[in-house]
Amino acid sequence: MTSVAEKSRVGTEGPPPSGAARRTSAWARRAPLMPALIFMIVVTQLPFVATLVISFMNWNAYYPDEVGFAGFDNFVRVFTDVNMRDAVWTTILLTVGVVLISLVLGLGIALLLDRKFRGRGAVRTMMIAPFLVVPVAAALIWKHALYNPEYGLFNGALTWIWGLFGSDNPPQPDWISNMPLWAVIFSLVWQWTPFMMLILLAGLQGRPLDVIEAARIDGANNWQIFYSMTLPHLRQYLELGALLGSIYIVQNFDAVFTITSGGLGTANLPYTIYQIFYQAHDYGRASAAAVIVVIGTIIIATFALRTVSSLFKQEAGR
Amino acid sequence: MTAVAAPVVKKKERGGAWLSLLAWVVGLLFVLPVVWMVLTSFHSEANAATNPPSVFAPLTLEGYREFFSGGASPWPPLLNSLTASVLSTALVLVLAIPAAYALSIKPVQKWSDVLFFFLSTKMLPVVAGLLPLYLFAQNAGLLDNIWLLIIFYTSMNLPIAVWMMRSFLSEVPVEMLEAAQMDGANLIKTLRSVIAPVVTPGIAATALICFIFSWNELLFARVLTATVAETAPVFLTAFVTSQGLFLAQLCAAAFVVSLPVLVAGFAAQDKLVQGLSLGSVK
Repeated sequence: MTSVAEKSRVGTEGPPPSGAARRTSAWARRAPLMPALIFMIVVTQLPFVATLVISFMNWNAYYPDEVGFAGFDNFVRVFTDVNMRDAVWTTILLTVGVVLISLVLGLGIALLLDRKFRGRGAVRTMMIAPFLVVPVAAALIWKHALYNPEYGLFNGALTWIWGLFGSDNPPQPDWISNMPLWAVIFSLVWQWTPFMMLILLAGLQGRPLDVIEAARIDGANNWQIFYSMTLPHLRQYLELGALLGSIYIVQNFDAVFTITSGGLGTANLPYTIYQIFYQAHDYGRASAAAVIVVIGTIIIATFALRTVSSLFKQEAGR
Repeated sequence: MTAVAAPVVKKKERGGAWLSLLAWVVGLLFVLPVVWMVLTSFHSEANAATNPPSVFAPLTLEGYREFFSGGASPWPPLLNSLTASVLSTALVLVLAIPAAYALSIKPVQKWSDVLFFFLSTKMLPVVAGLLPLYLFAQNAGLLDNIWLLIIFYTSMNLPIAVWMMRSFLSEVPVEMLEAAQMDGANLIKTLRSVIAPVVTPGIAATALICFIFSWNELLFARVLTATVAETAPVFLTAFVTSQGLFLAQLCAAAFVVSLPVLVAGFAAQDKLVQGLSLGSVK
């Protein structure tokens, strides 16, 4: 079965002692938590405060004499920058594209694997493999061994299939130049479908089978069972997969960097900020862009956290 | 009864066979790029870059030989990746296990808020912290230093580990904890005899997943390291631009760099979902 949270264990303790004793015991409880909490605040929150400060500064490493306060200049430059607007749009397309396609594929494959058949374990293992290739390595393989227009596997397969029918004039598209964003999306879908499949498969296996059996006896067909029983049951797993997938894919750098180097309209926000900072050395502008990304993320994450939080409470209440 | 049911079963079986076949085809399609990578890595460069592909070309270790001894040695970056991944994973466990204990077995007040604070740091785009960390490293003389990566990877994996460990610790039955307390077992004894047996597989899975994420990381390693502390993924990206006809060698390199992750991932296979979903799916 699944559980997003188990019942609270507060009740297992005796009646709360009062005064100083209670404070000591509260600190004794907190003590094991503190190192991790302090570590996270120092390493993740302080740098962000620094980013916030730098975003109001005029600071380019190429012009070290001109460092100073810039007010909202950096933000104005970011908002009026066409590249930034394109990057926002690219990030949305990339994330939504990868998450939606891999969720749908993952659902289909999870349904296929939720049956008993010969070699089910082997197929499951094969399905997981793409997720266990180092992302940079996967991107390199897709770029050079699959997409390459001269000797990539895709065009090689086209030559071979056309050859079977006696044609020596197969189509040989230049995949990355013709559809750069899709090239990135497909390589990521390949890596993320296994992830979605695993989550949805776990969800399917947590279905109450007796209820489904009862529905079948009552004459419900496969589609009815899927639509009105399986899908509602899977809803929280679909949401979880979409949420976790989005968290990782919004931040994708490896595939964009490797497959297209951010060219041909595939530069997403992480890549664009990396470029402003690492290549243009415009620290002020990079920070302003980062602050805007963070604000955007906070808005989206609030909704996302609400989803997780409601799952959490719903299960905790069981 | 059986006479009526038989044709239905037969029809069902035939449909089932098609679905099983479909499952196999899909599985093979998904694993194909991995198989192709491995196969190409054992081909000669000339056979690796043909159109149509030379599937049955003779196998050779040329690509691996060229990768390991052709140009810049891959050993220093591989060792750097190993150091960064193993040490950061150890640090993550040292920090995460007590924290998870304080969030599940003896929960602090507002433990769910703390849990969500950890999760929220995971949603903060890493690029937002990149520049300050870079400037800090530059001023502190820590650029191209593996310890900076270790600290960063620890912060990257700590939220995941806290969530995972919390979910594993919450599987410890309350009754057993109470019974141990009744028997007068102290904290150490409870930890050793009641909690450890239940959560050890969970700790192993958490460690493997943290290892994978650290090993895979590219952006920070690329910005914060140069020649000394360069990790394997950074080495891979630099490796391509400097080579000519290189497909077999590239596949060998990609396979070598992916091998630890494949091994760790298949070792953690059973707990992979629970780990990747931060402990919310079992």
